Amino acid sequence: MPYLNSLLILASGAFSLPSDLQSALHPKGEHAGHIAEISWLLFIGAAFIFVLVLALLVLALYGPARWRALLGRRALVVGGGLVFPIVVLSALLWYGLGKAAVLMRAETPAAVHIEVIGELWWWRVRYLDADGRPSFETANEIRIPAGVPVELWLKSDNVIHSFWAPNLAGKLDMIPGRVNRLRVQAAAPGIFRGQCAEYCGAQHAKMMLHVQALSPDDFDAWQALQRLPAREPADARLQAGKRRFMRACARCHAVRGSEARGSAGPDLTHAGSRPSLGANVLPNNVGTLAGWIAGNQHIKPGNLMPSFGELSSEDLRAISLYVASLE
Amino acid sequence: MTEAPRTFPDPLDRPAGELEQLRRAWRRPRGWHAITEVNNNFIGLLYLGTAMLFFLLAGVLALMMRTQLAVPDNDLIGHSLYNQLFTMHGTVMMFLFAVPAVEAIAVLLLPNMLGARDLPFPRLSAYAYWAYAVGGIVFFCSIFAGLAPDGGWFMYPPLSSSAYSPAVNADFWLLGIGFIEISAIAGAIELALGILRTRAPGMSLDKMPVFAWVMLVFSGMVIIAFPAVIVGTALLELERAFGLPFFIADKGGDPLLWQHLFWFFGHPEVYIIFLPGAGMVSMIVPAMAGRPLIGYRLIVLAVVATGFLSFGLWVHHMFATGIPQLSISFFSAASMAVSVPTGIQIFAWIATIAAAARLRPLKTPALFILGFFFIFVLGGLTGVMVALAPFDLQAHDTYFVVAHLHYVLFGGMVFPLFAAFYYWTPFISRRALSERLGRWAFWLMFAGFNIGFFPMHFTGLAGMPRRVYTYPEVYGWGLLNMVSTVGAYLIAAGVLVFLFDLARNFRPTNTGNAGNIWNAGTLEWLETGTYGPRSIPAISSREPLWDQPGLADDVEAGRHYLPNAPTGRRSTLVTSALQARPQYVLDLPGPGWAPVLAAVGTAGFFLLLTVKMTMLAAACGVLAIAMIWRWLWDSDPGPSAPVDIGGGLRAPVHSSGSASHSWWAAIMLLMVNGSILGSLVFTYLFLWTTSPDAWPAAGALPGTALPLAAGALLLASSAWVAWMGRGRRKERRPRLHAGLPPALAMLLASAGLEAYGQWEFGLRPQDSAYAAAVYALIGLQCVLAIVVCWMAVFTLARSLAGKLAPQRRASLDTMALFWHYTAAQGLAILALIHGFPRLPG
Repeated sequence: MPYLNSLLILASGAFSLPSDLQSALHPKGEHAGHIAEISWLLFIGAAFIFVLVLALLVLALYGPARWRALLGRRALVVGGGLVFPIVVLSALLWYGLGKAAVLMRAETPAAVHIEVIGELWWWRVRYLDADGRPSFETANEIRIPAGVPVELWLKSDNVIHSFWAPNLAGKLDMIPGRVNRLRVQAAAPGIFRGQCAEYCGAQHAKMMLHVQALSPDDFDAWQALQRLPAREPADARLQAGKRRFMRACARCHAVRGSEARGSAGPDLTHAGSRPSLGANVLPNNVGTLAGWIAGNQHIKPGNLMPSFGELSSEDLRAISLYVASLE
Repeated sequence: MTEAPRTFPDPLDRPAGELEQLRRAWRRPRGWHAITEVNNNFIGLLYLGTAMLFFLLAGVLALMMRTQLAVPDNDLIGHSLYNQLFTMHGTVMMFLFAVPAVEAIAVLLLPNMLGARDLPFPRLSAYAYWAYAVGGIVFFCSIFAGLAPDGGWFMYPPLSSSAYSPAVNADFWLLGIGFIEISAIAGAIELALGILRTRAPGMSLDKMPVFAWVMLVFSGMVIIAFPAVIVGTALLELERAFGLPFFIADKGGDPLLWQHLFWFFGHPEVYIIFLPGAGMVSMIVPAMAGRPLIGYRLIVLAVVATGFLSFGLWVHHMFATGIPQLSISFFSAASMAVSVPTGIQIFAWIATIAAAARLRPLKTPALFILGFFFIFVLGGLTGVMVALAPFDLQAHDTYFVVAHLHYVLFGGMVFPLFAAFYYWTPFISRRALSERLGRWAFWLMFAGFNIGFFPMHFTGLAGMPRRVYTYPEVYGWGLLNMVSTVGAYLIAAGVLVFLFDLARNFRPTNTGNAGNIWNAGTLEWLETGTYGPRSIPAISSREPLWDQPGLADDVEAGRHYLPNAPTGRRSTLVTSALQARPQYVLDLPGPGWAPVLAAVGTAGFFLLLTVKMTMLAAACGVLAIAMIWRWLWDSDPGPSAPVDIGGGLRAPVHSSGSASHSWWAAIMLLMVNGSILGSLVFTYLFLWTTSPDAWPAAGALPGTALPLAAGALLLASSAWVAWMGRGRRKERRPRLHAGLPPALAMLLASAGLEAYGQWEFGLRPQDSAYAAAVYALIGLQCVLAIVVCWMAVFTLARSLAGKLAPQRRASLDTMALFWHYTAAQGLAILALIHGFPRLPG
């Protein structure tokens, strides 16, 4: 009964409540926290004004004659339409611009600089060293130290994308020919998600991002591991996988420390350590890797990687094992 | 006027046979020839019907999207179709439904509200309609071939550039929408002129119905805003087809240039759609309440202010692009300011409702108005939220904005439109629509709308971006989306009930309509025939049917202006723009094939060009030009003896020079041209700000000899034309025949000289954004020179045919206006291209 089963799964999905994985209302960072505070003020204020206007409308329709005579005058138009909004909006603008200035302020220099580049349809992520040179490259995941300001340099050399991890901060576009800088600071360690927010073509829907805030120590350890070149195959099976990888995949993918230097697709030096595949479309393990390599055009149609359906199941397994071993 | 005006109503009996003559002049062509009719009542209804067809089609696209999104990880509709669906839904709703629908209502209602028999250029509205209908339907059908545009209704490059959208889909959007905009501009000029010059005598500006005010502001906004997107689409098509790198960052272009041009149009567009909706509310509320609108002057001020402010908001669509904080603050403030005039209108309606004499029990139009209140106020409040930049950085491009924009547009325009359907059906149909079905339609649409769109606020804040064809289950957006989908189907059910009501009760007619069942006060509720009112009333109030007792009977008995067809042909009265004093009788054209065929030719030209069938496209272009020539050939019939317009008054049947309607129309067309030039100058300067390195140093420009010569040629040709047109009294045909060709040669040579100079200097349009901007400016000058060339040939031909005379010189005057404008534009372009890079610093 696979059909019934999938129906049940669909039904359970249709009745779930929003999670806080990618939510503007569950701030986990400084920037998002300020915006959430503004948001609640706006929601409450708007609800109040909405009720007020509708109450006036109901009074105008059904109120006692004395009330209606009071409302049915030009003074209501001047008071409600001119004076009231000018007062409320001026106050709101003053508050909003003040908040915006707070958001823009950067007292301490960012401790970590990360270049995030929008690709079709995935994220290229480069960690920069103190001199602004790339020290290692990863894909579709950003790990940052919690409690420390981090600056993201947002770029694209294809179409316009928009970087959005709502728990951390508002979105900022990635525009060819420009570099936009976004400062984020996670309050505490945690895992959340990001997603491309500017329509960018066929697989805009599946351009997702894993965002993880680590304690500074964990972050340093992670960074140290990522800086290392790829680990050498430990046994003959993995060696065979590596050979096949070099034949089939190296034109587009790089594995630091090997002869694979392609740059069209994600750098796979530490692919095994990443939580997901295909920009957060699948969890990352040997089985999903094989499925992705052989059938990614079915999973994420139109993406720039061809499906390698012609690989023998033996080759496929070997390559998947090799990539999964690159932790 | 030749005599002092008498007081109306004129008590004398009208001569026998006059009414028959009027009927004969305005008789509809029958059978197959019906489509040659150009009268506003006929075209307006067709126009509205077609716009509603697009509303239904785009609604079906929306239902398909909602079905796909009902559950997570759905694979019912793939990304390719889904991306076409949302692109087409937005494009069709904005360009093929909303703007045409309000233009259609205006074409249908305005002449009747103003007491005119028709709009001043009936063939122009027929042309605008047919171009839109033929072009729009073919454009829509592209989705059945999988060739529909899929770059979003905003078509941002580089995604829409040839590198990332190589197929013909994007070209369909660029060419298809480009010319539908041209049709909208034609309609706007027609409406503005109708409002300014064909009002009933006595209807001074402060007695004009609010809907007329709104459509006047609407027309002004269309005239200023639409050229920006026409320029944008032209630049993008030039990039796609010929490689001019306006938007390519590597060559000094900037993708943000498109966003500026698009939103400079796109934001006013929202008010272009909402203001007419508000205008309808301002008509319906007083009629249902039985009281004049409270705060009429404030409302008019608010409408005009909205028109101005709407041009200062466009950057609020670009808060997330990383623009400087200072401009964010400015546009944030301006975006909030625009809610003040909207607030004025809302409270004016509430005050009028409070003062109502007879609003209850609520009728269907009143229900839709109250629904509009609920929805639109909420949409306005979320609008203030997204105007606040920090909040917008979270909400932008998420379902929160989807909710906001539908609350504003569906609430601000669709609900008033349905109120208008129920309210004005008795004006155009033998029977009113059903109250019972109307209630069902309202409650289904109202409940469906809120069930469908309110949850989207939360969906967006919970992280769901717009324009995604599916979403994973893990985010937990499933329930909210399922509810939204249920709501969408409820809206559809409400629309179906409305359609059923139409089928049962809508019986279109111009004679014997259901009449003034609301006891409303404005002129469209006078008894009408195919000719509009029997006579054109003298007005002394905003609600003449309430305040001028016996008016309807007097009008029907022909006791007011122009109770006849004094020329034996269709005609209406032209009045002065401010005070609406009668000036002259305007002879109107009757049915003819030229507008329909010209429209088919225009649509064919653009659409065939899209699919690269060049020869056929050229043939269609020739057809269009020939038909436009054909129709202009008959216009400006020249003066005849003053005619009797009732009350013993005689009025001229003609006017020339700056008092004539054609002169005013030419001025409006030049405003469109001015806006096009402004957009191109903006393009040049904006590209300079983003990549000043691409601009040549003062020493690296072509020499000044050629541009100076080009400028001198412009001045000389313009002076020559002024000299030839001098003297309105005497006939100077030989001077014109000998003088026009050399003047024309100078104008063309000037444009050619500049192009030649740049080319010889080694500049190629594909080189850089600088080169592309320079050639775009030169290209605009060439296009206008060619248009003037066409006008000159037309004027010469008329002169040779004996159709040009001192009192019959509209073609000459129009040509001269365009000529001087083109010369001035040429000088401005030369100064920019050769002067700007030489500026010190």
